[in-house]
Amino acid sequence: MNVYAVLAIFKFEMSRMKRTIGQSVASPVISTVLYFVVFGSAIGSRITEVDGISYGAFIVPGLVMMSVLNQSIANASFGIYFPRFTGTIYEVLSAPISYIEILLGYVGAATFKALFLATLIIITAHFFVPMDIQHPYIMVLFLILTAITFSLFGFLIGIWADGFEQLQVIPLLIITPLAFLGGSFYSIKMLPPLWQKVSMLNPVVYLISGLRWSFYGKSDVSLEVSLWVIFTFLVVGILIIKYVFKKGYGFKQ
Amino acid sequence: MIKISNLNKVYAGGFQALKDINLNIKKGEIFALLGPNGAGKTTLISVICGINNATDGEILINGFNIIKDYRKTRSLIGLVPQELTTDAFETVWDTVNFTRGLFGLSPNHAYIEKILKSLSLWDKKNNKLMTLSGGMKRRVLIAKALSHEPRVLFLDEPTAGVDVELRKDMWSMVRKLQESGVTIILTTHYIEEAEEMADRIGVINNGEIILVENKDLLMQKLGSKNMSIDLRASLENIPMELNKFDLKLVLEGTRLIYTYNSKNEENKISEIFDVLNILKIPFADINTNQSSLEEIFVSLVK
Ligand SMILES: Nc1ncnc2c1ncn2[C@@H]1O[C@H](COP(=O)(O)OP(=O)(O)O)[C@@H](O)[C@H]1O
Ligand SMILES: [Mg+2]
Repeated sequence: MNVYAVLAIFKFEMSRMKRTIGQSVASPVISTVLYFVVFGSAIGSRITEVDGISYGAFIVPGLVMMSVLNQSIANASFGIYFPRFTGTIYEVLSAPISYIEILLGYVGAATFKALFLATLIIITAHFFVPMDIQHPYIMVLFLILTAITFSLFGFLIGIWADGFEQLQVIPLLIITPLAFLGGSFYSIKMLPPLWQKVSMLNPVVYLISGLRWSFYGKSDVSLEVSLWVIFTFLVVGILIIKYVFKKGYGFKQ
Repeated sequence: MIKISNLNKVYAGGFQALKDINLNIKKGEIFALLGPNGAGKTTLISVICGINNATDGEILINGFNIIKDYRKTRSLIGLVPQELTTDAFETVWDTVNFTRGLFGLSPNHAYIEKILKSLSLWDKKNNKLMTLSGGMKRRVLIAKALSHEPRVLFLDEPTAGVDVELRKDMWSMVRKLQESGVTIILTTHYIEEAEEMADRIGVINNGEIILVENKDLLMQKLGSKNMSIDLRASLENIPMELNKFDLKLVLEGTRLIYTYNSKNEENKISEIFDVLNILKIPFADINTNQSSLEEIFVSLVK
């Protein structure tokens, strides 16, 4: 195991993130505040409670989950795409480092940042709504699994992408709509029966639901199902990455 | 040190960039890979370093296979790429230490300091890479390649777009590295450069190694040079005193051409001038030129 190499990549990614720290921290905090103002106050004054949880508190897990999904993908994809774009990837490819170690460095860094921002959002939310997290360990487990899984997907996007637009296509066209329709702002049970069924095809529903269970002990789908879904995603992600690496796609000619 | 056997490389589009390459590079030598643009020099280096995959064939470094024992072989290699690919926002200090870490070595600030000083980069160590000139970036790439104490150093067209000073620095550094036992492979399309630096020269064209030869031998065979002496007044024929030199009289007797190809014969140049002086034959201009790489290829293919 080339630990120094993993640390070098991790540190490199961290310093990249540090350069944009103002923006990295400000944007989730500001958007969380905005969500509370718009959804929490405006809608919350009409919908006072969902599943016995105050509306403001109800939307917190969804907000956290959306941010983890977006940040994991954005950071991991950019982290590996940029050296491909500039050509500095030659160095990583010529170093005595395995694919697992490359992954640990890039995906590890993206996961770390996503978790950091998730923490920040939970802290920000605390100023707006009273929350006590009922199952903190499950919450941490869930966030870690999600962050790793979607950082892996982000990494794949970064390998696949041929231009900066493509980096944004998947988050914009897939993740954001799925997250909005995934029960961040409403309970699936509030939908008409047909849409409830359709929603069950949306994987993000399971992620948000699982995270909400860890907060309040209540959810649209059972915790086990949610855990299975995220595990399946993780395994699928790892298998795809393994295949891509074996073939050298996106890296080597 | 490096043993390449039956190496082929076909790019995804179907273009065969390397054709059945067989090449041995000896420990501690300076080997020049000489070839025109597009010959396959960079491709060959990229395959050896693990940046590109070979289509088939085998490469051993110090007896280790570059695929099976990639950790061992890659640790031995430092690469200065042809293109000036650097990060933008990183500092010189960070980027050089980054490379050392990537190659699995524990931090050694004293050693990195030594490298940066030897490349006149020390006072730039906190500068961001994007603020550096091309020459400085080239120095940074060299520092990165040396940061992990490699035993084999690849320099891919190291002097392209480089000023005289850096060129001099670079060559003296290469000599020093060679003295410490480092094997050096450089690519170039300038025959002078290969001649100046290398112990052995391999000529590559269209993805094929055409020949590998000790430099001196090759230069004798191929590197013939011409010196033309423009005379102030025309001569009817070559004076007797100059007959022992292989001279030609052209342009209606106004130009003497001396053709030579070894260092040995180069010494005769001053003799020729001595004789010209004694005979009081005034001359206006002197030019030397060397058979170009293209001419060499033509003569090789013949
Ligand atoms: N990624 C690639 N895909 C297809 N052809 C390539 C690629 N890279 C280089 N080539 C081709 O391979 C040949 C050798 O290129 P290269 O190794 O860069 O030559 P050199 O370094 O000697 O100038 C050239 O004809 C070039 O066009
Ligand atoms: Mg080249």
